[in-house]
Amino acid sequence: MTITNAAPGGRAASAPLLGRESEPTMFEMSVPGRSSFQLRTTRVPATPLDQLVPSEHLNDDVVPLAELSERDLVAHFTRLSHRQFSVDLGAYPLGSCTMKYNPKFCDAVAADPGLNTVHPGVPGELAQGWLELLVTLEEKLCVITGMSAATLQPAAGAAGELTGLLLMRAFHEKNGDVRTRVLIPDSAHGTNPASVTLGGYEVTTIPSNDRGLVDLDALKAALGPDVAGIMLTNPNTVGLFEEEIVEIAHAVHDVGGLLYYDGANLNAILGAVRPGDMGFDIVHMNLHKTFATPHGGGGPGAGPVAVSSRLADFLPGPKAARTESGAFEWRRPVHSIGRTHGWHGNAMVLARALAYIDVHGGDGLTRVSQHAVLNANWLRKRLEKTLPSAYDRICMHECVLSATKLKDAYGVRGLDVAKALLEEGFHAPTVYFPLIVEEALMFEPTETESPQTLEALALAIERIEERAQSDPEGLHRAPQTTPVSRVDEARAARNLIATEDAANRH
Amino acid sequence: MADYLPHTQDEVDAMLAFLGMTSFEQLFDHIPAAVRLSQGLDLPAGQSEPDVADYFSRLTRANKGQSSLLTCFAGAGAYDHEVPAVVKMLGSRSEFVTAYTPYQPEVAQGVLQAIFEYQTMVARLSGLPIANASLYDGATALVEALNMAAGATQRQKMVISSGVHPHWREVAKTFAAGTGHEILEVPLANGVTQWDSVDMGDAAAVIAAYPNYLGVLEDLTAAKRHSVAHDALFVIAADPVAAGVLKTAGQWGADVFVGEGQPFGTPLAFGGPYLGLFACSTDQVRRLPGRIVGETVDSSDRRAFVTTLRAREQDIRREKATSNVCTNQTLMAVTAAIQLGWLGTQGLREVALRCAQGARYLFDEACKVDGVTPANRAPFFREFALRLPKSANEVLRAMCDDGVLGGLSVGELCHGDDPSIEHGENVVLVTVTERRTVEQIDHYVDTLRKVVR
Repeated sequence: MTITNAAPGGRAASAPLLGRESEPTMFEMSVPGRSSFQLRTTRVPATPLDQLVPSEHLNDDVVPLAELSERDLVAHFTRLSHRQFSVDLGAYPLGSCTMKYNPKFCDAVAADPGLNTVHPGVPGELAQGWLELLVTLEEKLCVITGMSAATLQPAAGAAGELTGLLLMRAFHEKNGDVRTRVLIPDSAHGTNPASVTLGGYEVTTIPSNDRGLVDLDALKAALGPDVAGIMLTNPNTVGLFEEEIVEIAHAVHDVGGLLYYDGANLNAILGAVRPGDMGFDIVHMNLHKTFATPHGGGGPGAGPVAVSSRLADFLPGPKAARTESGAFEWRRPVHSIGRTHGWHGNAMVLARALAYIDVHGGDGLTRVSQHAVLNANWLRKRLEKTLPSAYDRICMHECVLSATKLKDAYGVRGLDVAKALLEEGFHAPTVYFPLIVEEALMFEPTETESPQTLEALALAIERIEERAQSDPEGLHRAPQTTPVSRVDEARAARNLIATEDAANRH
Repeated sequence: MADYLPHTQDEVDAMLAFLGMTSFEQLFDHIPAAVRLSQGLDLPAGQSEPDVADYFSRLTRANKGQSSLLTCFAGAGAYDHEVPAVVKMLGSRSEFVTAYTPYQPEVAQGVLQAIFEYQTMVARLSGLPIANASLYDGATALVEALNMAAGATQRQKMVISSGVHPHWREVAKTFAAGTGHEILEVPLANGVTQWDSVDMGDAAAVIAAYPNYLGVLEDLTAAKRHSVAHDALFVIAADPVAAGVLKTAGQWGADVFVGEGQPFGTPLAFGGPYLGLFACSTDQVRRLPGRIVGETVDSSDRRAFVTTLRAREQDIRREKATSNVCTNQTLMAVTAAIQLGWLGTQGLREVALRCAQGARYLFDEACKVDGVTPANRAPFFREFALRLPKSANEVLRAMCDDGVLGGLSVGELCHGDDPSIEHGENVVLVTVTERRTVEQIDHYVDTLRKVVR
């Protein structure tokens, strides 16, 4: 197809990423005696502090914070925001992260005082709207994943993983079953093995075959009565659907193990196939990926965990439930593993996700995945001459390309390509993950980017290939047009300066 | 038929043709037919934004506990503090809201520097040298502190004051099922932890709360002494607002500080997203959970910020990582940095003082009500427990009719019997923030008097 539009929406090359100079810290801007706070007039008796609190508790020193005018505070954080790439600014094809457009409507829903001024400890009858919201979201997530019940408490994907592993543990223990190992493919996200350790299990790594999929024979060889379960991402982290999932599920279930579905890549399969139908027993979802809640620069996310009926009684509590009269109340599942969050989870994220699901409906969610998969495959094929795919076949919502060709020909590595893309007005893809692909560049364009944006991305990569030929040294120094150029990471680790007080600015 | 997809039908057709296809179905053909969803998702069809907004309006109206209907005297880790327009607006700038984790520092200096400033302020408020870039909430920050203690001592026994928030203790027990930690809860008497009542032998950590969840300011000297005697880490779960006037965790001798950062710019929000605060001593830095931002320079020797000590983290260390945390609560950390910038040195002090003044005024007035007595005689900061002549739930429900959210039932918070208090079902936990006026407090007392009669 020919795309002629010269002004694609997703390319941020015109954006004001300022910063020839660094922005001072708020502490450097501070002037003693300046302030911006204003508090309510309360007319509460102004009892002196030493009559309120025994002296042994009082701090003789004052904890120093920055002292700024409101105008300087606004300038500071506005300028910081100009030194930051974001989805709203341009395309963010970061593989495995599903950085799709975050609808503003969903943010507006969560900003409603009827939701965000409710104290989490109020009795259920004072939060009937919230409880209905939670129950409705749980029901819809169960429809989407093909599961029976869910907890909404986990605050992010990794929290969901650990919750899922504790459910696995509780289930086996209830059956008087002692199991010690959890299987994980070698392509898995790092959170999987880290969560397994915290869940009290040992990791057994299963190799991938040359098609990028779980090696079924190796899997079967690793199975035994000591296996608690397997954690799988499907499509997996190279963006490929595990086509032998039915055989995998049978094999794991045959030894009494459970299947855990890492929902990091759920955006590929909405309305096409459900984890429950594939045989999974436990599923976590990253609402900040698939259901478009904004990522916040690294959270808040939300990582609900849905389970099949045989695990429902173990879910964390308390949990919102529908009563026979149509009202809502808190209940604890009979064999609950207990709370996994201080309150009810990242409630505002949950509200945004429900708004997103309701706008799309079943039909819209299906289209989301169709377009995500279409975009990824189009980009994979469009780039096949410059960055050949690690696995030359239909991918799902993301594709793992490799920079080995550029490396062999010009000494330009995947990292150089990623950094040069930043100069081109695009966020970089995920670099060097998964570990099983050499010079991996994982692109996840997401469904909300237009064909014009994808074409502009492809053209940018072709320009980088030309630079690799003409000026490979220049690419090693990219990016130069960003707020800072490549940073000295070794120095940061060697000489840790994690606070202003460690910086010794004088 | 609502969505946010840009593609026209012609574009879809052309893209499919580029792949040698004529329908979306062909993209999914390689999924085994046996598990394919043939009927689509059994969900209602998509609706327009205004239609969905109408549904949410109905939901929000059903929340009788919202602050425009009830004056909030509830706390227990979730506080109704002032959040000014400037913090709301800066904190909702889409460059912060819609960014990913700052893995490409060249285009993420905004978030990285904001986290660096946040870490600086958490370190100062905790009185400890190093803070991380945030955790999910106070409860899960506590769990990370226990994991750190187990790593540092190679021991499993966690001696925890039952003055630590009951929900946090429950979360610690939930995760102990996986880590194998032994959670030993130390009872309170008259609101104060009875450290001498338990066997501290083999402790990995001694965990105290400051103030404790009943609001009590405990002298932590004995707890510190026990931790030193048993070579255990001393963990303090502290209210960060208290640091405006009270001793910091570091001044009490803590090795690790954890806290709930919601008071710094985050609305009550039905409990989340909140902000897990975490700081520690320098000797524990290699065991720090999650992300940490450090200062360095770029290739032109300009100041730059970057996530550092990455070799601790799950994406590199995998099953040997110090924590599994990946996505944390960055936006809340950025918001806290903005709120603390707005408060400044004097503002935080003023907020802390006003909380204490309001709490003392309400405590003195409420204790004049017949049948209402203090649940303990210990000093408090901004929160206190009252014993009522009848069920706290019953009293709180009746107070709602007069527009007052009178606090939280300790019995409900504790979910059954608890070593922190006897007959918690008759005890109400009351909080006063700087937003409560003398009229609101007087109305509280009038309502309480009417209801307990």
